Amino acid sequence: MSDNNNSSNRRNFLTNVTKVVGGVGAIFAAIPFLSSMSPSEKTKMAGAPIEIDISAIQPGAFKIVEWRGKPVWIVHRTTEMLEKIKNDAEHLADPKSDEEYQPQYAQNKFRSVKPEYLVLVGVCTHLGCSPLYKPGENKDLGLDWKGGFFCPCHGSKFDLSGRVYKAMPAPYNLEVPPYYFASETRLVVGEDRT
Amino acid sequence: MSKFIAWVDERLPVSNFVKNHLSEYYAPKNFNFFYFFGSLALFVFIMQIITGIFLTINYKPDAASAFASVEYIMRDVEWGWLIRYMHSTGASFFFIIIYLHMLRALMYGSYKKPRELLWLFGMFIFVLLMAEAFMGYLLPWGQMSYWGAQVIISLFGAIPFIGESLALWIRGDYVISDATLNRFFAFHVIALPLLLFAVIYLHIAALHTVGSNNPDGVEIKQNKDKDGKPVDGIPFHPYYTVKDIFGLAVFLTIFMFVVFFLPEFGGFFLEKDNFVPADPLKTPEHIVPVWYFTPFYAILRAIPDKLGGVLAMGLAIFVLFLMPWLDRCKVKSIRYRSLTYKILLTSFVISFIGLGYIGMMAPTPILTILGRLFTLVYFGFFVLLYLTSKNEKTKPVPERVTMYE
Repeated sequence: MSDNNNSSNRRNFLTNVTKVVGGVGAIFAAIPFLSSMSPSEKTKMAGAPIEIDISAIQPGAFKIVEWRGKPVWIVHRTTEMLEKIKNDAEHLADPKSDEEYQPQYAQNKFRSVKPEYLVLVGVCTHLGCSPLYKPGENKDLGLDWKGGFFCPCHGSKFDLSGRVYKAMPAPYNLEVPPYYFASETRLVVGEDRT
Repeated sequence: MSKFIAWVDERLPVSNFVKNHLSEYYAPKNFNFFYFFGSLALFVFIMQIITGIFLTINYKPDAASAFASVEYIMRDVEWGWLIRYMHSTGASFFFIIIYLHMLRALMYGSYKKPRELLWLFGMFIFVLLMAEAFMGYLLPWGQMSYWGAQVIISLFGAIPFIGESLALWIRGDYVISDATLNRFFAFHVIALPLLLFAVIYLHIAALHTVGSNNPDGVEIKQNKDKDGKPVDGIPFHPYYTVKDIFGLAVFLTIFMFVVFFLPEFGGFFLEKDNFVPADPLKTPEHIVPVWYFTPFYAILRAIPDKLGGVLAMGLAIFVLFLMPWLDRCKVKSIRYRSLTYKILLTSFVISFIGLGYIGMMAPTPILTILGRLFTLVYFGFFVLLYLTSKNEKTKPVPERVTMYE
């Protein structure tokens, strides 16, 4: 009797050990397969900073450049635009940019290093569409529209600093990438000034 | 010949299999129109696999050449246009068939005991099919392929903490790119079809274990003659094979008409923006998923909060899995159920179609309010069903199935 018990205990023990060892082995074996789906070294390298000549962008004009495969916008804002940004706050969700979707040096009303140049990642914070630049008044976009960016996918509105309007699908302001001015006309996007 | 069959049977019981599942598999004799869609779904699945294999022969899963390779199939490959249109039209018809197949189950209570597992397998097929269709839609690498995928993958980004890294892992890049296209191709042509095949097998195996439900919701196995055959049952072959072949002929007539004359279906089956190559720097004016996703997409848009919207959309699909436990009424068929259930199901169907319409349209204030209303009706169906079904006033269910002369 006791012999039988012993052997079945030993058998149970061996079964359990096999399950644990096999299970742990399967988890470790899964790691290379799952990791192979992460961005490759080549993809990560393509995320390096880029340099843009901004001398040709006229006041009021809008330029799109590509960084990490995403659109990055550069807007040369006029003084008139800056006045509007200064005065409007009541219809914005986060007018002071308290949520950190910008580097420290861009945490101000104009969300930029130099007020006249706005640099934004042109991807809607809702579901990743690229909003459209609509600088002028536009009745189709509602009476509170003062110019800015409009997302055609789900109708989110952003002002000329990329700050999101209240009660929009997009949860927060458009992202400001890390950037600095290498000289008066050279802009570097993708890294902070070192 | 009979000697050869005997030789095979000794080694593999093929004749037994045919008997058990076809010539002596008894199905209720009162099937109606709604019972065409199971076999049609199986037919379309096989058609998608065959046309799909022939498309991969000429398709190139590479961001630089994918769009051109689809145009090449359309213009230069002999009969390539036919194979491609059969595949793209097949995807839309697959969903029409599946939605009608699911409506049938809701009408006649086909998810109730003892068919809960059958329903769960069916729901898994539905979810896999949505993933399959979504990944397939990226492959032509048009504007709508690209931006539709961008929107759907961003949904994962809404998950707290792990969301952004999960989306990065799915894409394999910071944006939708060649890496994403290549892996979606792998999932679309091999991983998901294999899984689908396995779950469809389980779905049919479960069906043949418990037997088909019918428009009366009467269990035919409870009423057998002295030979042990259900009195209200008829052998699947030849009776239902003949019925299904007739259904197939009608289906193919409609299907091939669309393939030949309306393959884009006015932008519903193949969207206009998808005839423009993908451009990561420019979003189309108006992004909409293909029609079969729009009801769920409308629910996503109805909630003015990113995470909330994603959760509501996920819940809209998940709650269907729970149908066998949410519906507590013992009577299966809508024929013998209360007016309450009839009203609930009708409003559910209306809200589903309404949401599908709203999901296709550009967001306007009126449509947003309407979308919220329909979302409320959609979820209200499940809540009210749970509350009312326990003590529902039902009509007496007959002993035998009813036949109309």
